[in-house]
Amino acid sequence: MKIVVCVKQVPDTAAERTLKPADSTLNRASVDGLINELDEYAIEEGLLVAEAQRAAGRDAEVTILTMGPEKAAESIRKALSMGADQGVHLLDDGLAGSDALSTSYALAQVLKQIGFDLVICGSESTDARMGVMAAMLAERLGVPQASLAMKLELDGSVLRIRRVSEDGYFEVESSLPAVVSVIEKINEPRYPSFKGIMAAKKKPVQTMSLADAGIDPALVGLGGSATEVVDFAQRPPRQSGTIVKDEGDGGVKVAEFLAVQKFI
Amino acid sequence: MSEVLVLAEHTGDDVKKVTLELITLARRFGEPSVVWTGPGAEQGQARCAEYGAARMYVAADAAIDDYVVAPAAELLAQLVREKSPACVLVAGTAQGKEVAGRLAVKIDSGVLTDAVDMQPGDDGPVVEQSIFGGSTTVHSRVRRGTPVVAVRPNAVAPESAAGAAELSPVSLAGEVSGAKVTNRVVAERSERPDLTEASIVVSGGRGTGGAEGFGVIEQLADALGAAVGASRAVTDAGWYPHQFQVGQTGKTVSPQLYLAIGISGAIQHRAGMQTSKTIVAVNKDPEAPIFELADFGVVGDLFKVVPQLLDEISKRKQL
Repeated sequence: MKIVVCVKQVPDTAAERTLKPADSTLNRASVDGLINELDEYAIEEGLLVAEAQRAAGRDAEVTILTMGPEKAAESIRKALSMGADQGVHLLDDGLAGSDALSTSYALAQVLKQIGFDLVICGSESTDARMGVMAAMLAERLGVPQASLAMKLELDGSVLRIRRVSEDGYFEVESSLPAVVSVIEKINEPRYPSFKGIMAAKKKPVQTMSLADAGIDPALVGLGGSATEVVDFAQRPPRQSGTIVKDEGDGGVKVAEFLAVQKFI
Repeated sequence: MSEVLVLAEHTGDDVKKVTLELITLARRFGEPSVVWTGPGAEQGQARCAEYGAARMYVAADAAIDDYVVAPAAELLAQLVREKSPACVLVAGTAQGKEVAGRLAVKIDSGVLTDAVDMQPGDDGPVVEQSIFGGSTTVHSRVRRGTPVVAVRPNAVAPESAAGAAELSPVSLAGEVSGAKVTNRVVAERSERPDLTEASIVVSGGRGTGGAEGFGVIEQLADALGAAVGASRAVTDAGWYPHQFQVGQTGKTVSPQLYLAIGISGAIQHRAGMQTSKTIVAVNKDPEAPIFELADFGVVGDLFKVVPQLLDEISKRKQL
């Protein structure tokens, strides 16, 4: 079984994240890049599925796919150190500034070329937070979308997930191949072991350019994107509020504030 | 005047508030046409009319909602091709954003999510987004195709306007397919307002100390007619169900009033509530980052402050 996990390198959420004035794209130079936290659950789920397949005597391999600048290779390496088998890095200056539509096109082109039975994504990235990639990939690849999974099981060629809904969950059934996205309730991502970190250094990572993946340069990057940023501004920090220490009348003070604001 | 397609979120017999917000927004760009999947359009019709929907395209076939996202996106794509609308608006819920994404691929159009406002511009709608946990405001636009925009609940206040909301049956060309929903499990429904739609949200964090301690959060929510939210620490520990999680990996809310009780305010939580209009915090740690956001904060023990607040609210109700 070919499992492909899509990961994204994002700026550390704990750091101050900004856009570049020149082209309104993410300022990646100013902050450390980390693997998108939510993608770690996708990697873990990929590893769990592969382990279950192997335990049942079937072949399974986990490929990590990322698109991003040179530095994004760090995220592939991290995933390999967790136990994934190989990596594919879509790396081309022509991709910079791609929006969701362009990104989904580029990733789908690579996925078509490398082949897959199961594509697993995190539910969203912590920077753009759109939460659209699994849906867009399923549409582009023409396969079922089993997304927002809080639980996943594979029964032969039948995939069953629990999809979180606004007020509970749906039980969903799908055939393979399929695109899955997972939420953070699904598992507990493992930490790379020392052995894993050492082994990762020897695992193959294939770098692909636009031409390698058969991607039309006119459909990606800032120029090929279907959306554009008109302007942006740092929001002024919130006016600092009134903070009081509870002197035995904290509840009364909150009530007074709420009354002045006409909430009670 | 062009049409604007609005994908309805509904409960089967009533339209959700976010849809009325979307219809209100749609009027800035053209004639709102509501797209309704599944049963219940007749019950939702009066409310859609009251907020200015000109018509409602009704795909009553229940099978549409029995498959994950794909049929709803296909229906919208079909209507985009037939009606050439000015834009398509969907609710910025997890599922709504997925519909928006698939639709954008189908019609090769730009998609923008998490809109907190939209204004007409020279080259189509200008969409305002609040990113990086609310620290940056961005204006974006779609420059190819029919703009597809997922709008955050509570982005605008619903305003009534006369509309006919004329029902027009539509059906999906071709087979519905994809991942099939075999069962729907609804967590115990409470009488409280919907978390993403509520105008007041009371959220509890690690400071509540456990499922039992979380009871005061529910009491306060009920006293204020509010929805209950929880931080990730709380849902991870199993003190409160996941669907009430506010934050990066949970729901994003922007109510009129947000009360953060026993929540430190990690970035992961702030990302889900930073655009709330008024924020009140109670936490025993004076250094808790939530106080940087709070319009009003009390440094103290929530188990002392909240019961006193409850007493005070009930006293004021009796006046």
